Amino acid sequence: MSSKNTILLEKTKAFLLKNTMVIALVLVYLFFVIRSEGRMFLPQNINNLIMQNSYVVILAVGMLLCILTGGNIDLSVGATVCLVGAIAGVLMVNLGWNIYISMIICLLVGVAIGAWQGFWIAYVRIPPFIVTLAGMLLFRGLAQAILGGTTISGFSDSYLAIFNNYVNIPALDSGVVKYSCLIFGVICCAIFIVATIATNVNKKRKGYEVAKPASLYTKIVLLCGIVMLLMYKLSLYKGVPYILLWLILIVAIYTYITAKTTFGRHFYALGGNEKATKLSGINTNNIFFSAYVNVSFLSAFAALVVAARFTSANPAAGTNYELDAIGSCFIGGASAYGGIGKVSGVVVGAVLMGVLNLGMNIIGVDSNFQKVVKGLVLLAAVIFDVVSKRRAIKSLA
Amino acid sequence: MSDHILEMRHITKEFPGVKALDDVSFEVQRGEIHALVGENGAGKSTLMNVLSGIYPFGSYTGEILYNGKLCHFQKIRDSESGGIVIIHQELALVPYLSIAENMFLGNERGSAMSINWNETYAKADELLAVVGLKESSHTLIKDIGIGKQQLVEIAKALSKNVQLLILDEPTASLNEGDSMKLLNLLKEFKKKGVTSIIISHKLNEIAYVADQITIIRDGAVIETLDSTGGTVDEGRIIRGMVGRELTSRFPKRESNVQDEVVLEVDHWSVQHALYSDRTVVDDVSFKLKKGEVVGIAGLMGAGRTEFAMSIFGRSYGNDIRGTLKINGKEVVLSNERDAIKHGLAYVTEDRKGNGLILSNPIRVNTTLARLDKVSHHHVIDLDLEYNVSVNMKEKLGVKSPSVEQIVGNLSGGNQQKVLLAKWMFAEPDIMILDEPTRGIDVGAKYEIYCIINDLVAAGKSVIMISSEMPEVLGMCDRIYVMSQGQIVGEMDAKSATQERIMSSILSVNKGA
Repeated sequence: MSSKNTILLEKTKAFLLKNTMVIALVLVYLFFVIRSEGRMFLPQNINNLIMQNSYVVILAVGMLLCILTGGNIDLSVGATVCLVGAIAGVLMVNLGWNIYISMIICLLVGVAIGAWQGFWIAYVRIPPFIVTLAGMLLFRGLAQAILGGTTISGFSDSYLAIFNNYVNIPALDSGVVKYSCLIFGVICCAIFIVATIATNVNKKRKGYEVAKPASLYTKIVLLCGIVMLLMYKLSLYKGVPYILLWLILIVAIYTYITAKTTFGRHFYALGGNEKATKLSGINTNNIFFSAYVNVSFLSAFAALVVAARFTSANPAAGTNYELDAIGSCFIGGASAYGGIGKVSGVVVGAVLMGVLNLGMNIIGVDSNFQKVVKGLVLLAAVIFDVVSKRRAIKSLA
Repeated sequence: MSDHILEMRHITKEFPGVKALDDVSFEVQRGEIHALVGENGAGKSTLMNVLSGIYPFGSYTGEILYNGKLCHFQKIRDSESGGIVIIHQELALVPYLSIAENMFLGNERGSAMSINWNETYAKADELLAVVGLKESSHTLIKDIGIGKQQLVEIAKALSKNVQLLILDEPTASLNEGDSMKLLNLLKEFKKKGVTSIIISHKLNEIAYVADQITIIRDGAVIETLDSTGGTVDEGRIIRGMVGRELTSRFPKRESNVQDEVVLEVDHWSVQHALYSDRTVVDDVSFKLKKGEVVGIAGLMGAGRTEFAMSIFGRSYGNDIRGTLKINGKEVVLSNERDAIKHGLAYVTEDRKGNGLILSNPIRVNTTLARLDKVSHHHVIDLDLEYNVSVNMKEKLGVKSPSVEQIVGNLSGGNQQKVLLAKWMFAEPDIMILDEPTRGIDVGAKYEIYCIINDLVAAGKSVIMISSEMPEVLGMCDRIYVMSQGQIVGEMDAKSATQERIMSSILSVNKGA
């Protein structure tokens, strides 16, 4: 009996440890719901949560790949957002170019910025901290020179629509409740359920180890419940925002790359032990290079999102965005030494930061004090990570 | 009546789920050299950590009497102030500080606000003379070799007025010459009244130096042998360690050498990676036949590792010259990937630094060199990867509950097997093993020898670099001897002896 209890205790402990940040997210969210007398849970605020934090998720996913290579960060993402935003403004508004061609040019500028930084970091082996610190000044300066200290506004509606609009199917969404949103939720859940069961059946067929049915079903029910609740709330507002679709696409692609491809595996190996990775026949320079090209590419994409959201390109855009991205990664469980971290964790980290921002705004916390709270949360997350790991190692020693 | 400097009585230390020490009693007489032997994980280091206060009083049960007094050490400083100094296997020196600065680190001469540098360097030079190290105390640690660093650690211990010196695997990374020097130094100390406890896997050294030998197995003391005058031989110690007589330390193998030459290196020269004017491999010519185990003997720093790594896709060195033929065809291997494609594998001597990704599970480490074998169009088949790594784990007998175990948590012997599994999974034709049995226990060594025999039986060829001469003599078909970057001797294993190898090394040293 007692041994059964201890096993249960151990299992609960392991579960809590594995999902600390998710649990923290739920608790923080509930705290704000209570403190704001339910306003945090209004459909409009849930919508705002997505709209306001879209860029953080995109940047954090890019930052994760850099951090995986060995705790290397990119300080220049905020400046890159500003520079690419400025270029977008000049091309689309001042020169009146076609928006799609302009967007492609902007993304290419991102790749070029990444190639510039990646070259120095990967092939000349200048420390990333230095290269990206220089980049932070360099690109911010270029952006301000391009903008001449002024703000460019007046992006065309067709451009803004790509990121700011909502899915609207006239037959379904003319009423108060946007039914397309609910249908979208059901489709997501269905895909998830079918995929989970299919892999499980496949594993069983090949005779591999499978997860216990109880935990599998709990996971399915919980996740689908959350998705449907979210979609229900959104359906009461304006429906599915396009940006949510973009985010799902990006997160899905990068989850797949990091978890399932050899390319993704190389990042984890490099961060775990560079010399061993090199001796395993992997070109470590190329991995560094692609990490920085990738983060700048995603920064350029985030720049397009940000420009659309603020309907302008301004010289202060992107200030401190790098800190949000880095913070999300570490809160989301990425190791400060590299080699450890998941895309899903980073998304949780980014959402937690977003919930803190939005919640504190809603209950009216002084904006200076908000920074104090965010700083403490970041520190606490990393301390927790380090201490819990140390304890795990001690118990094994 | 015997005079005990140290008595540890009924020490029991538990970690969650494991009893690391079980009612261990251990006595050391004043002025003797006491050896502590046992397989990896037997509890030797735990016992020494209890003694030195790394595991504070209260975290274990039992009592420690030092100089006849009951001691409650809370931290290392407490034990050091009593004259107990422990030197760990991984040296704790700061590379960019001078020898003297390192020696008095945390124990600075002068006052807290003003270090007396004259006294520091004078005292340091004095102590360096005692340990027989001919270096200026101003030299930076990074500029001296590992053998000399070990001596600095000992000089550092002397500066703390050591009475009881504990050395954990002091000779693990030393060559035979430096090891001998160190052991003789301990004998010197004995005459001056310093007591030493030495932990080592090198049984010949133990037999040479120790007065008493305590054998630990599975957290318990098996026996204490009196070896005054060198009366205990290696076989006797091994019997106590493994609980059975290892009839042979090297498994038998039918020679499977074929005439076909798989690897031929001609006039191979390599410059040092950092200092291009230093030649580390000097005009080496080398042949390896199919099914052959060729040993490269020599002292540490002879250029063996550099030679092996420069062959393996130029992973070491500058300005590499010479020709390389694989299966009779000349090839240029410009990086590690090329080398792997041409059927080469290099199993590093430094498994933690260069070999394994300690933060990743066994599964990931096993497939890293050949991810293409478990993936289609760069997408990894995780189920397949799981299965092949389970296969490799079972084939090599890695002791671990699952392949999802993080490699950093495994013992040294098991880590070495994972490293071998990784390169066997790469299916090379030529396997270069650099110090494949360093720092692992007798049982695991034997298993690794068996794996090597299986490899050559399957028609692969093996190059074995080793500083342990008995191992080279016991395992190889043919032996090259390397010294100062050159091949100074080649001999058939049947006619080779330790003396012949040593004399060919020395003949060059004299000439230089």
